[in-house]
Amino acid sequence: MYEQIARNRRLSWLLMGVVVALFALVGYVFGLAWTGEQYGGLGLLGVFGVVAIAWSIIGYYTGDKMVLAVSGAHQVTHAEEPRLYNVVEEMTIAAGLGQPPAVYVVEDPALNAFATGRDPAHSAVAVTRGLLERLDREELQGVVAHEMSHIRNYDIRFATLVGILVGVIALVADFFLRSTFFGMGRRRGGDSGGGSAPIVLVALVLAIVAPLAAAAVQFAISRRREYLADASGVELTRNPLGLARALHEIAADPRQLGAANRATAHLYIENPLRRRRASGPLFATHPPVEERIAVLLQMAHAGPEALVSRESGGAAEGETSPGGGAP
Amino acid sequence: MTTLIIIVLVIIAVVVLALVAIYNSLVKRRNQVDNSWSQIDVQLRRRHDLIPNLVEAVKDYMEFEQETLTRVTEARAAAISAEDRGPEAQARAENMLSDALKSLFAVAENYPDLKANQNVMSLQEELTATENKISFARQFYNDSVLTYNNRIQTVPSNIVAGLFNFTTRQYFEAPETAREVPKVDLR
Repeated sequence: MYEQIARNRRLSWLLMGVVVALFALVGYVFGLAWTGEQYGGLGLLGVFGVVAIAWSIIGYYTGDKMVLAVSGAHQVTHAEEPRLYNVVEEMTIAAGLGQPPAVYVVEDPALNAFATGRDPAHSAVAVTRGLLERLDREELQGVVAHEMSHIRNYDIRFATLVGILVGVIALVADFFLRSTFFGMGRRRGGDSGGGSAPIVLVALVLAIVAPLAAAAVQFAISRRREYLADASGVELTRNPLGLARALHEIAADPRQLGAANRATAHLYIENPLRRRRASGPLFATHPPVEERIAVLLQMAHAGPEALVSRESGGAAEGETSPGGGAP
Repeated sequence: MTTLIIIVLVIIAVVVLALVAIYNSLVKRRNQVDNSWSQIDVQLRRRHDLIPNLVEAVKDYMEFEQETLTRVTEARAAAISAEDRGPEAQARAENMLSDALKSLFAVAENYPDLKANQNVMSLQEELTATENKISFARQFYNDSVLTYNNRIQTVPSNIVAGLFNFTTRQYFEAPETAREVPKVDLR
């Protein structure tokens, strides 16, 4: 686990460095493409570099707030959501962390959850209303334990930075892609300066490649983390079936989470965009949920029928809504 | 001659540094054990505080279950008085309290009015949560004790532990029910 923490810290720094360098490079190319002069390139390099550094710092310190705001999550107190709050506290104790993360709810009937922050002392767990209503206590515990593992091993820092920084790369690239087309049209009408066509081409290629590369990085890193968080979550609850049943329920639910986007999808316990686009294995943010469930069932030495036996087993929990149990 | 002195000095320095590092890690482990023990303590006290409220809230509904209620109250008193008698005695008393509470909630199933009472429901949630927190705190405490005791009993840290009087700690034993073999469905 300590290696995992060190690795995430290192990766966070590396990511910020790479993003600043990439930004500076993109700035140089765009500057060159726009003005056709070396100075223009260097000027934009400086501007982009400073912007990227500032954005990294802002992302590091307030990224969690941005992610929570974008996701439409609102903080809840113990009095408002006693069960969720208690489960979060239980998992904090099991993980041996000092203070519990802030607890948020996303008012959405879809089933999902995520964690964000920069370290365990500055962290938050958010779950959707649908998850709260549909999962029993054991299942909720499994989900929260999974998120607590992300918090404990600093996945949240790296993942939040990826969301903030990669999200903005895609945004900026999109912007320049549009303005380059726009600018080309304008220049053709104004003066006859032709020579910058190849550089415009380079700018175009960059604008396409930058978000793709960023997205590929984002996807490559988060899949192994999900397996790891599943396993160390079970280490906390000592109950693989809770999480297995929760994942089963989450996967069976057809509803789409409204507030998730490409920059935040990898933060969730199960890909919230799964039905929006058919993505190949290279671009999958999460391992197939069936495989995750199979691994968990193996841990419990149980067969698939263990996934549906909760109606008979968990009668004492009492909190599950009777209406929507059919998978 | 001088090279020999240098070699000896280097060896001494390395040994001292290693001793310091081992000593520090032992202290860290011991602090973690103490800290996780206090975490259990906090939750046990919280449970002791919640029980009178619960007994008060269910009393009117369960007038025919005096025996169950008395058992809970007595188990609570016994648990409180066991607080200073070390982990083993305390664990035994607390486990009896857990059992008494379990049977109270089992009996409560027979009283629909009681189950519908908002106050009782929220008390039950709090007690369930506290119960879970106790067992998770115990789990973390026992894990901490395991690593700490391993350090004390294995080479080379056992030498440092012997020199500075680090002693092994007791586990907080889980109740009998938690030790049952988990149900295995053979299909």
